[in-house]
Amino acid sequence: MAVVEVRNLVKEFDSGVAFGRRRSHGRVRAIDGIDLATEEGEYLVLLGPSGCGKTTLLRTIAGLEEPTSGEVFIDGHSVTGLPPRARQVAMVFQSYALYPHKTVYANIVFPLRAAKMPREDRDRKARWAADLLSIGHLLDRKPRQLSGGERQRVALARALVREPHVFLLDEPLSNLDAKLRASARDELKRFQEEINTTTIYVTHDQVEAMGLGDRIVILSDGRIRQIGPPVEVYDNPADTFVATFIGSPPMNLVPRDGVLVGFRPEHLLPVDALPNGDRTMMRLAVDRVEYLSGDRHLYGTLHGLGEATRVIARLPATVHASIAVGDEHEFAVSRQRLTFFDAQTGLRTEPVRL
Amino acid sequence: MTDVAAPATPRTERAAARPRKRFADREGALAWVFLMPSVVYILALVAVPFVLAIGFALSDVTTGDPSFDWVGLRNFRLVFEDPVFWQSLWNTLVFTGISMVLIVVLGKVLANILVARFRGRWVVRFLVLLPWTTPVALSAVSWLWLLDSIYSPIDWVLRQLGLLGEPGAPLGAESNLYYLGQPGLAMASVIGVHVWRLTPLSAVIMMAGLVAIPRDLEEAAKVDGAGYWRRMFEVTIPMVLPVAAVAALFGAIFTFTDMAVVDVLTNGGPNNATQVLTSWAFFRGIDGGDVGQGAAIALFLFPILLAAAIAILRAVRRMEVR
Repeated sequence: MAVVEVRNLVKEFDSGVAFGRRRSHGRVRAIDGIDLATEEGEYLVLLGPSGCGKTTLLRTIAGLEEPTSGEVFIDGHSVTGLPPRARQVAMVFQSYALYPHKTVYANIVFPLRAAKMPREDRDRKARWAADLLSIGHLLDRKPRQLSGGERQRVALARALVREPHVFLLDEPLSNLDAKLRASARDELKRFQEEINTTTIYVTHDQVEAMGLGDRIVILSDGRIRQIGPPVEVYDNPADTFVATFIGSPPMNLVPRDGVLVGFRPEHLLPVDALPNGDRTMMRLAVDRVEYLSGDRHLYGTLHGLGEATRVIARLPATVHASIAVGDEHEFAVSRQRLTFFDAQTGLRTEPVRL
Repeated sequence: MTDVAAPATPRTERAAARPRKRFADREGALAWVFLMPSVVYILALVAVPFVLAIGFALSDVTTGDPSFDWVGLRNFRLVFEDPVFWQSLWNTLVFTGISMVLIVVLGKVLANILVARFRGRWVVRFLVLLPWTTPVALSAVSWLWLLDSIYSPIDWVLRQLGLLGEPGAPLGAESNLYYLGQPGLAMASVIGVHVWRLTPLSAVIMMAGLVAIPRDLEEAAKVDGAGYWRRMFEVTIPMVLPVAAVAALFGAIFTFTDMAVVDVLTNGGPNNATQVLTSWAFFRGIDGGDVGQGAAIALFLFPILLAAAIAILRAVRRMEVR
């Protein structure tokens, strides 16, 4: 049974409230007909650029927004129209939203007091959550005396104590610095595996999404573009939006006879680096080289596949071919690494003979 | 592309003029110029009268005999022996205390209405702020009519509702309540007018505090399962507490130092039941002509106001630190 399911969800805002596009009669569609179901214990990541509706979707599941139409189910019951308190969900906000006048302990037990749990049980629960997140020594502090990472753990502990049906996380890592973010990501994942509660995680950061998600939902303009495990959305993007949104640098798209031929930068290699056989030859006029963490990123114009197009190639450290800026080099892509999109709709199409 | 060179010409011209320090650059002199009006104001209208008041309190100056003769603490002794003074001091504290509590509580309620989004909100905001923008004396006169002993519209409404003026009615069989003629009702009326007049100010101050609370907190509390009252008492009110303290102290000071309401409504009556320090000092010192005693009474406002001012400044500082 799906823990969280939304059916044909639509959310419109009065115009003038955020979101410039997607207007219809003075209304703005933030969510435009979304169907989605999580699996038990799954880590589902909602990924998309800002303004794509991912946070609105999360808030609608939490009950902080009422959908214009459509339904939300949690644990098999329709919760559409129910207030957040009736939904048994826990949410971690981007700002963490800790109560600044309460101690860490009081913050953590707040949901339990709201649930009218007896004092001893509350205390036991709070200490269990604090130990799990190793913040036991911080219980008497106020939030302003904590570092960003500690605040995030307190917010998680507060979400955890109530043993919710589902965790909703709204960009919880975006307020941390880059180094802390990497370790916090790892902790979040291990933490979720330990308690095994269904989690919906919103982010605009594809690295977070690829690293954390069991499945990734890619959203754009209030619609779902693709749902799938990280490997699938990376290797088999459903359309050009997904292809260029996921991956850094993004997938190269070369126009040719009404189709777009797509391939990842790491698959565009010097001819010598590819084994003979099923490969497509092309020429790359290199005009810039970046040397990034062991890889070489080549920027240049590609000829011989379709129209002349600016592309990026990523040569791993294991490829030693000497590439001079300003020269044209023989490059190739393994044929099975090519993907094809309709130039009009941007959707995946059947492979074309090259 | 080609117009890049154009701004170069005025720049060379400007460079030719000899650089000079202007009056606007001399910050020391400017500081004096800008500060002078307020320094003069404070000296002439606050410091001098205050020193004068202390001087008068220790003298036998009356309106009939302005010559200054030192009498030591005689005025204070006389004031202390006068039961009306103690009544006034007590009334002042009671009026201030009760109105302060009501002003803060009602201000919080009104502030919630002010921040809410609904159709016709500006009309409500306008109406809420009206009492504060009306001059005290003017609104006090309106209240005098509303509380009139015979023609009071409030009594009329009560009579129409059957609460007054019939045998067995809850508020009595008489046709009027005589708000300003009975000690208890007169005190309640004075407090009522103070609350009516100062609640908008407190509402606006509280509104600023409410708006400053991050929306996330309210939503986090909702998701955490807290209902309306728990959110109100555990999140909203603690968060606006420093601001509420400022509102309370403003309310207290304005009630404490006001004499227009008492003067217009009851003139201190009936039988000194609504006499406050300010009105009693005025009656004694100006109407009664005993300037020395009036000054001595008025000086009692000083230590209490000083304490309130310190409390306000500390509350404001706490907010800044947060």
